[in-house]
Amino acid sequence: MGGGFGVSTTSVLGGVVKRREDPALIRGTGLYVDDLQLPGMLHVAFVRSPYAHARVVSVDASDAEAMDGVRAVYTAADVAHLGDLVTQVAVGKLRPLLAGDKVNHLGEAVAMVVADSRYGARDAADAVDVEYDPLDPVIDLKEAASDAALVHEDMESNVLLAWEGGPWGDEEAIAATQQTIADAKGRDDTVSVSIEAVNQRLLPMPMEPRSVVADWNVGYGRFTVHSSTQIAHALAGGIAQTFGLSLTDVRCIAPEVGGGFGCKLNVYNDEILVCFASQQLGRPVKFTETRRDAAGSTIHGRGWVATATITGTADGQILGYELDGIADMGAYSQNFTVAIPFLGLFVGAGQYTFPTHWKVACVHTHTMTTDAYRGAGRPEAAYYLERAIDAFAREIGVDPAEVRRKNFIPADSFPGAATHIGFPMDTGDYETNLDALLETAGYEDLKAERDRLRAEGRLVGLGLATYVEVCGFGPSALVDLGFSWAAYKIPSGFSGSGLVRVQADGTASVIIGTGPTGQGHQTTWAQIVSNQLGIPVENIRVSHGDTAESPLGIGTFGSRSAAVDGSATYEAANKVRAKAADLAAHLLEASADDIVFADGGAHVAGSPDQQVSWSDIATLAYQPHRLPEGMEGGLEAHAVFSPGNATWPFGSHLALVEVDGDTGDVKLLRYIAMDDCGNVINPMIVDGQIHGGLAQGIGQAMFEDGDYEADGNLLKWSFVEYPLPTSADLPSFELHRTVTPTDINPLGVKGIGEAGTIGSAQTVVNAVVDALSPLGVTHVDMPLRPKRVWAAIQAAKTNGSVS
Amino acid sequence: MYPRSFEYVSPGSLDEATSVLASTEGAKVLAGGMSLLPLMKLRLFSPDVLVDIGRIPGLSSIEDRGDHLAIGAMVSHAATASDSSIAEHAAALATAASWTGDVQVRNQGTTCGSIAHADIAADQPSAALALGATMVAASAGGVREIAASDFFVDTLTTALGPGEILTEVRIPKQGGASAYEKLGRRGGHTDYAVAGAAVWLDVSDGAVSSARVALTGVGAKPTLAEGVAEALIGTDGSDAAIAEASERALEGVTVLDDLFGTVEYKAHLAKVMTRRALQQAVAAAT
Ligand SMILES: Cc1cc2nc3c(=O)[nH]c(=O)nc-3n(C[C@H](O)[C@H](O)[C@H](O)COP(=O)(O)OP(=O)(O)OC[C@H]3O[C@@H](n4cnc5c(N)ncnc54)[C@H](O)[C@@H]3O)c2cc1C
Repeated sequence: MGGGFGVSTTSVLGGVVKRREDPALIRGTGLYVDDLQLPGMLHVAFVRSPYAHARVVSVDASDAEAMDGVRAVYTAADVAHLGDLVTQVAVGKLRPLLAGDKVNHLGEAVAMVVADSRYGARDAADAVDVEYDPLDPVIDLKEAASDAALVHEDMESNVLLAWEGGPWGDEEAIAATQQTIADAKGRDDTVSVSIEAVNQRLLPMPMEPRSVVADWNVGYGRFTVHSSTQIAHALAGGIAQTFGLSLTDVRCIAPEVGGGFGCKLNVYNDEILVCFASQQLGRPVKFTETRRDAAGSTIHGRGWVATATITGTADGQILGYELDGIADMGAYSQNFTVAIPFLGLFVGAGQYTFPTHWKVACVHTHTMTTDAYRGAGRPEAAYYLERAIDAFAREIGVDPAEVRRKNFIPADSFPGAATHIGFPMDTGDYETNLDALLETAGYEDLKAERDRLRAEGRLVGLGLATYVEVCGFGPSALVDLGFSWAAYKIPSGFSGSGLVRVQADGTASVIIGTGPTGQGHQTTWAQIVSNQLGIPVENIRVSHGDTAESPLGIGTFGSRSAAVDGSATYEAANKVRAKAADLAAHLLEASADDIVFADGGAHVAGSPDQQVSWSDIATLAYQPHRLPEGMEGGLEAHAVFSPGNATWPFGSHLALVEVDGDTGDVKLLRYIAMDDCGNVINPMIVDGQIHGGLAQGIGQAMFEDGDYEADGNLLKWSFVEYPLPTSADLPSFELHRTVTPTDINPLGVKGIGEAGTIGSAQTVVNAVVDALSPLGVTHVDMPLRPKRVWAAIQAAKTNGSVS
Repeated sequence: MYPRSFEYVSPGSLDEATSVLASTEGAKVLAGGMSLLPLMKLRLFSPDVLVDIGRIPGLSSIEDRGDHLAIGAMVSHAATASDSSIAEHAAALATAASWTGDVQVRNQGTTCGSIAHADIAADQPSAALALGATMVAASAGGVREIAASDFFVDTLTTALGPGEILTEVRIPKQGGASAYEKLGRRGGHTDYAVAGAAVWLDVSDGAVSSARVALTGVGAKPTLAEGVAEALIGTDGSDAAIAEASERALEGVTVLDDLFGTVEYKAHLAKVMTRRALQQAVAAAT
């Protein structure tokens, strides 16, 4: 199934172009922050709390300070004047740059050591003597929500807020929806099925841990900061805000970034603190996380417990969905923290029509902050919804595909369809997508095969799940709801920008406001510009991530780069094209309307033999004295794209599993995905994004567990304790797509960065529960490690619920 | 992940290595580094001196010496896994090596290092135990042989003294057949063993004539499950006989829990793995 591009002038869009960044990345010649060696550079190590909750009685750094090569040891008092960590959604307790008289999670930074070498810094950090008076931590989410003990003694409640909808928190509408659902439950012909499930905490663990180098130039009074970040502009603004500087006094550079998944979508205390140290010491200062730092002190994702209830009739008509949950914010709010469940609320009712009452309370606990992790709120929402629908389908004995189909928002509701909270959706055709998946997978045959193997006593299961996501953020008007970078001195909405410059030799430079953490911007953006100008992809260089040269960009997250900044770049290319047409017309003594761009240059329609090259056109542009009266020199354009809405990709996934009943070992045999992200710019890159997304969703379903122990300890300091899936653990994914372009942007693209993660965890869990259903198992919490699956089998057997 | 400072020496001969070890307090042998270096980076272990045995000639071969195979100290997991004589005479070890870590770990880490390290969830120590291997240890004071059954003392603790280098592991060419089964932490055979069982047995005249069974992942160290062997010897090796014998897998073992298995689960798995490994070995021996 392919995608047509109304805008296409060549076949560059929609075609496979090999990732142009890969030779450098694979050969190790790409520059990452930790590769940077500046003259006189000093190194940082942090002294971190070994307790989840404790009073800091004293910090004695005298031994450390006396060590060779140690330049300084800073504690809370040294940085108190800088205030708390600058935070966009400033709800709840904000993070102190260094802990003062109390520590509130394991790994919280208590002191910062600066030394000549990273080894010396670590040695000195070990020599700092901190006396703690341990206190009981609040870890369990229900306990936290009960306020039996307060996480922060100066707050009235651990509960920061609850996201609840009905249309935009309109209380009357919420009450009316609740009444409608209660009425449905009261009917004799309805069934209600509930599932209580944990959506466990996850550690993002990008391949490249975070790293930052700050360099204060005393003479100019300016910072140059290299950081492994998804949000270079926001970081520059956050530093400017903290130190009372202007935006032009801080230059942030995000060079190659080796994965982010949302965990680099924060301004971190260490980024501010290395700036402080550089300013104090007059030397460049570097901090590179160890894997241990990354596990305990970089944001985590997910961490919900909730009960999901579906009420409907025996024919599969769903009359109400309720979600009642608690989401773990950790001890401090950072960039988005409490806003993450809000993103879940948007898609709380998925792509369905039924009345929905969705409520998730956000609570503090004595753990590391949670924030955006691939999918951010939407995987949680989709997980509960799709698990509950599956349980309902099983209860009433109707095929899970049929139940979903019956309750979809129909294709003819578009345009004009809206989510359960009244937010308009762009385009969608859910039934076509689901049918395409079932047809492609051979669903009926798979079911027959499953039933045949099941009759032999084998535990084989099929799992289906569908999803809709909200991404491509936009709309720009989100700024009015508080979603902007105002805290980082950039009171901008969720717009995007791009700059296209044709050089005198006919090659093009594209400078964009967002940067990749592995998504392939250098390739995708070159395709967009090549498509509009006819300049071959290999003659287009895409640069990003340097706030001194890049136009303002909000960042790469929420599957938004291509949809928003890509669209801006498309429009900038069109402006260049319009001017180039005028220039070519002048050279060819024709009218601009008759100019056709082809074969790396331009000609007059009907006279392809009289071609001028891009170099001819650009040369003219850079010799303004040859230009006709009134025409400006130069050949470049900048455009800002202001999206009118978010985008709403969707899809359906199917998994086939077999469980070893003796060991609980789950084998994922097949994984088939039918995603719809609108138009596809580069199928190979899109598939790659789905691959990674699926691996992370399946990782949550089967392997990863970032939960703290009851005493606040986190036993996951390395990949020994925190197993990530590798390619060897996963089947070869079977990827397909339907194409329903969005009308929100000129490219018709919706974004694909998170779809795989949003769609997959529940697909796998549904399949495993299906496999175990003959034993009477109705739910198993993630991760579906063998020990847990086996325990579920044992429990079902001893409960005698074998049917 | 920055280790404390340490010195590094790279002797060119075994004698030099043993004399450095004898004369330097806090010195530690470095082979493939796949277990030692992570511990050092986590600062859980900080030796003052690393004695790299990787440049000593003659430690990288697998030799067939007639009545036994000798696996040198620097033979990698990958080499052990792919050697045809090991496949023939010590299938349990070949399998255990092939399921150790990932490709990089198998190319870098050594069979002797895995045995000397004695992680409670490691694969190859249990195979060495079931195969009745002999460990050859060299020190400044000379060379001694240690039976596998005397070698594993406790968690991460073996009979090797601080000045000793495990120069080779000898596997007897004893006939019969061996097999290894495990459930890995990431399911299937991937990652360290949640529980694993290595078995060797011989069959004559339709009956199991001798057997050794060793478990990994469940207790504090790789352990011989003598009760299983005892119950199996003399039987016809049928599935029923195997199932019954496997029930005795945990005699004398104190099962420890970890992130990947409760006591109850590991106890159960040990029996399942024992049963499966025995079934394979019986099939191969007959
Ligand atoms: C990612 C990863 C995955 C892994 N997965 C598994 C797995 O699934 N199963 C498994 O069993 N193991 C696994 N391991 C551990 C691996 O098997 C190690 O390679 C092995 O345990 C140690 O061998 P080495 O040669 O690397 O020893 P080193 O790390 O160099 O040494 C380990 C210890 O043994 C001592 N030592 C080493 N050789 C000798 C010798 N000849 N004489 C005396 N002392 C010696 C050292 O002093 C040190 O104390 C994994 C390791 C990694 C990094």
